[in-house]
Amino acid sequence: MAKTYEEINEKIKNKKAVVLNAEEFIELVDKKGLKEAAKEVDIVTTATFGPMCSSGAFINTGHANPRIKMQKVWLNDVEAYSGLAAVDFYIGATQIPDNDPENSNGKGLFKYGGGHVIQDLIAGKDVKLKATAYGTDCYPRKEIETTVNIKELNEAYLCNPRNCYQNYGIAINKSDKTIYTYMGVLKPNAANATYCSAGQLSPLLKDPFYKTIGIGTRIWLGGAQGYVYWQGTQHNPHVKRNKNGVPIGGAGTLAVVGDLKEMSPEFIAGVSMQGYGVSLAVGIGVPIPILDEEIAKYAALKDEDIEAPIIDYANDYPVCKPRDLGTRNYKELKSGKIMIDGKDVPTAGLSSYSKALKIANLLKKEIQEGKFFLNKPAQPLPGTEWEEKFKPLKVR
Amino acid sequence: MTNEKIKDFSYTKHSLVKRKLVLHFPKKTIDQPITYKLVKDYNLVFNILKAKIDNEQEEGLLVIELSGKDEDYAKGIDYLESLGIKLQPLEKDIERDLDKCTHCSACVVHCPTGALFVKDRKTMEVEFDKEKCILCEACIPVCPFGAMKIEY
Repeated sequence: MAKTYEEINEKIKNKKAVVLNAEEFIELVDKKGLKEAAKEVDIVTTATFGPMCSSGAFINTGHANPRIKMQKVWLNDVEAYSGLAAVDFYIGATQIPDNDPENSNGKGLFKYGGGHVIQDLIAGKDVKLKATAYGTDCYPRKEIETTVNIKELNEAYLCNPRNCYQNYGIAINKSDKTIYTYMGVLKPNAANATYCSAGQLSPLLKDPFYKTIGIGTRIWLGGAQGYVYWQGTQHNPHVKRNKNGVPIGGAGTLAVVGDLKEMSPEFIAGVSMQGYGVSLAVGIGVPIPILDEEIAKYAALKDEDIEAPIIDYANDYPVCKPRDLGTRNYKELKSGKIMIDGKDVPTAGLSSYSKALKIANLLKKEIQEGKFFLNKPAQPLPGTEWEEKFKPLKVR
Repeated sequence: MTNEKIKDFSYTKHSLVKRKLVLHFPKKTIDQPITYKLVKDYNLVFNILKAKIDNEQEEGLLVIELSGKDEDYAKGIDYLESLGIKLQPLEKDIERDLDKCTHCSACVVHCPTGALFVKDRKTMEVEFDKEKCILCEACIPVCPFGAMKIEY
């Protein structure tokens, strides 16, 4: 029954590919069994939408007359990295404006930053550009202040070094004071818990051994067709796995790229985390070709088959202290409460399940309409056999 | 919210005022007999619409309707403020911008009355029941997408 990428693409071309989102595929496997479902279905669409800090965009503005070699550059007062050629720069998602009060006056609100600049660009808004330079014979201009619009930029592409974490922790706060983290506001004495994964819809959780998702995989990125260009930073396939083969905690990651000009501000959105900073919520959809029954088995994993570790963000996380506080599965997390130390703790997501489902359905539709084809990976992601180990920074 | 608005009753030609107010009080004032004092020392009539003391948040929240003579009302407000109680009129509205809301549910655990909640655990969409909203504004800073706003 094994299928090939070529066969499935031929079906997509003829608008005959059988595509289900991961939720529908789970139901089908329940109803008809794995063997039948694997035979019937060509592609399962997976997706996720949540804050992904290691994100940003490369931009080329074109040259002004006279020319400038931008040494420092700001978009809406948020600094971009310009240690590249004259008018190339990289706007990072977590950069904040130079004049942001940060946490100097109570916990900062971080209302605007790099992630918001990227969203504004995608939304077609004019963005203020400011740059300074020391001036050279070939680039005489020393400063520039103007506005730019995405339509007029030569290139603007999202290039995210780490997205789509395979799994993530459950954040709690066991101290007696409220803490403000990238996992949201955590009340004292573990009075709330936050998590950040689409669970049974999330791409790398549905392909836990990277059998189909690899370097070169075509993906749905913020509304555009993009690609996985490398394993993401901190990619760690060696994280302990549960009986279903699913890593318990953050493990594999993806580095992704796609054209900002084709994206939608509905799926690429600036994020403000009180007391922490800014980020970018990224919407990603990944098609999983059901090439064989084993791939189908993983694609049919349910929320209850996927577990996340509880992590104390007050005492343990800041000092890299490993402590086993147990795990909970995504069915429990999505129920709205989990039991910790004998008490019910309300849960909240930071990743949006409903948005992820919307993306999985949009990708499904594009494939069904013959607009989105599979791209076979040029190289797999490093798997459990990888010799590289995830290392801490040694401070000498 | 400006306190001027709470104290401003110039537009009422009558000597009686009636206002709905939200009181946020710090832990140190939770044990004070505030409502008793308002009645006894300031001759004010009050009706408690909502009360909540959250030991973990270390703050109390009271939504009351306060009525009485204008000068008593003004003195009563001064008394409450002297205790460090933050006052807000219940004349505003919290609005959710559905274009910005991503249904991530970060707000849900911070909403003290359950006005923001997830009803359908399959779709995981966040609902907003304005009837239950007491305008405490807890949702505003915790929303990562800036979707919750006060409208005056």
